[in-house]
Amino acid sequence: MPIHPLQLSAYSLVNALGRGINASWSALQESRSGLRPCDFPDTPLTTWIGRVDGLEEEAITGNLAHFDCRNNRLAQVGLQQDDFQEAVAQARTRYGAARMGVFIGTSTSGVQHTEQIYRQPDPLTGKLPDSFLYRYTQNLFAVTDFVRQYLTLEGPSLTISTACSSSAKVFATAYRYIQAGLCEAAVVGGIDSLCQTTLYGFNALELVSAHPCRPWDSQRDGINIGEAAGFALLEPVHSGYSPPYQGGAGGGKPVHSGHSPPYQGGAGGGKPVHSGHSPPYQGGAGGGKPVHSGYSPPYQGGAGGGKPVHSEYSSPFQGRDGGGKGIALVGYGESNDAYHLSTPHPDGKGAILAMQRALTSAHLAPDQVNYLNLHGTASRANDLAEDKAVVAVFGTQTPCSSTKGWTGHTLGTAGITEAILVSLCLLHNFLPRSLNTNIVDPQLRAQILLDSSEQPLQYATSNSFGFGGNNCSLILGRLT
Amino acid sequence: MIRMYLTALGLSAPGLLGWTASHPILTGQQPYQPTALPTFSPRGILSANECRRTTASIKLALQVAQEAVANTPLPVSQLSSVFASSDADLEIIDKICRTLTVPDRPVSPTDFHNSVHNATAGYWTIGTTSDKLSTSLSAREVTFAAGMLEAATLVTVENLPVLLVASDYPAPSLLNEVCGIQVPFATALLLTPEPTAASRASLTLQLTTQQEETRLPQPDLEKLRLSSPAARSLPLLQVLAKNIAGQSILAYLSEQQLVIAVEPSV
Repeated sequence: MPIHPLQLSAYSLVNALGRGINASWSALQESRSGLRPCDFPDTPLTTWIGRVDGLEEEAITGNLAHFDCRNNRLAQVGLQQDDFQEAVAQARTRYGAARMGVFIGTSTSGVQHTEQIYRQPDPLTGKLPDSFLYRYTQNLFAVTDFVRQYLTLEGPSLTISTACSSSAKVFATAYRYIQAGLCEAAVVGGIDSLCQTTLYGFNALELVSAHPCRPWDSQRDGINIGEAAGFALLEPVHSGYSPPYQGGAGGGKPVHSGHSPPYQGGAGGGKPVHSGHSPPYQGGAGGGKPVHSGYSPPYQGGAGGGKPVHSEYSSPFQGRDGGGKGIALVGYGESNDAYHLSTPHPDGKGAILAMQRALTSAHLAPDQVNYLNLHGTASRANDLAEDKAVVAVFGTQTPCSSTKGWTGHTLGTAGITEAILVSLCLLHNFLPRSLNTNIVDPQLRAQILLDSSEQPLQYATSNSFGFGGNNCSLILGRLT
Repeated sequence: MIRMYLTALGLSAPGLLGWTASHPILTGQQPYQPTALPTFSPRGILSANECRRTTASIKLALQVAQEAVANTPLPVSQLSSVFASSDADLEIIDKICRTLTVPDRPVSPTDFHNSVHNATAGYWTIGTTSDKLSTSLSAREVTFAAGMLEAATLVTVENLPVLLVASDYPAPSLLNEVCGIQVPFATALLLTPEPTAASRASLTLQLTTQQEETRLPQPDLEKLRLSSPAARSLPLLQVLAKNIAGQSILAYLSEQQLVIAVEPSV
């Protein structure tokens, strides 16, 4: 059955392209990359990186000063962009702090702080200095704790750390917590900052490129590591929203007859309502097999099963860039390769499952997706495996590109960074090119965009695949 | 309230060498004696090559995962998984950070891929050929409660059988002074959306602000409970070992508590 769409009521970005949504958006339009030769301090590697300027001068002060480290500074800068903090504050007055969840993805949290501390042990005792506040800097939950406290939110919370799929999976987790009635709305985010662990680690795996990364290119030879933060405020779509995929053959009526969503209550009363259940092990995005065997009539459902909520609410933050139209998460799919810790399955087995499960949960057919933002790291093996997977699910005609040529590979932040870039593209009906891709590898068959263009867009998929074989695909849609 | 069903468990910590073997200790029939933890070989799950790459922290988590699925009728490749650990592999973090202080910084590729928080999940899914979803998470001191909630949302909203593994392993001495994980501890719970013939109990979860965290009456077990975030599971494990109706209250975030009510299957 389709998921209930979750609106991205507000969002913010910071990455190598600059601070705020507009910096990323103008760079996309102008084909301006944020990559530069590696100038990360004390890191003489021949590669290019996506670095955020100014973090060295922007300490966290005041009552959250104990969180000060590069990763939390990057989170702070992200929270300060795009009126995000104000949007969350307004949501907090509607829902209450305890009813808003915070779900953050990161791969390395503040390990860069620990790297620095290890270079300065106490000269007499050899111990790490007393000033080292591990639990507020390097611990994986530190950045999530910082975000909760910065936004004064008190709802359910956790850090997801599944390498490069981390901040895609936070969308699915937020959806489930809201459906289960554990919270009514959520802030999701991703933060990963440059550190020597990942720069030298990927270098040891011979995966970093000495050039600006060239996804899908015949000459591609590796990734560029970037740092970024991204946040989104997710809320159930309020009444007045007519899911665009209600139409189809059935005339726009909700189609949950005899097959109600297991938890209809959700945002309304805060308690889940048991109203039947799906067949075991089939339902939802995570289920093993697609459940729409009949698949007729297609593309109905959507939000129809749930109660309308927040009818009084009209977000001032919604659709500023896009003429009053907003964006919603309409599907997600998660999977595992079950193949290798750091090499993708050669045929993209897990990637195929993630995309198929996302389509199933969105109740969409592949040809209804107008654009696919590839994981597209520009490593030889990753692009090859993803290409096979994309072609297997979408064929060779769905427009695709990787935006890693703009931002670099922002690791645990890639999921939300690209979900928000995709949202901007949907709002502006903009198909972005695959920057730095000059000659497409003839082995690869997906429809790679070598030039940006404008055309009507309704749905887009974003892929994020990580070490450990952990995969997540999201589908975002335009609210009409 | 969220309800799910418990099918099987795994447990490993000094003096708690397996779920079944630990019953007399958890039920108070035998005193707790923190004997050394034998090293587990995941050879039964992984190929020799993969096996060689695993660390002590990974082995501990795989051990309880394997115990939990050992005697269940559910096909292991069909299980989704949640791996909850406050800090994952601190030995690897320590090793990489040390390596970064020496000339040329020769970080080992294997250490680097083992450094991701979901490395254990990666080995588990490879070993069990499970392509189902897997989430690795942390919530520092309340990681076990967060793991229970994450598993519960997967079980109930996605209608999936889920293996929850909670584990913590101490850091080498230098780093451990600041990390505070004192004792290795791991537990695993196999959870399903509906009762099965193999179900031991139903678990009902609810968040509240009105309760006090459950402490253990035995001082040595209470000390163990406080020795790592994963060991905060001990009050729940005690109720389950006694096979009685009861509840265990876990501290959660922002002065909330997670109440887990246990009802044994008849």
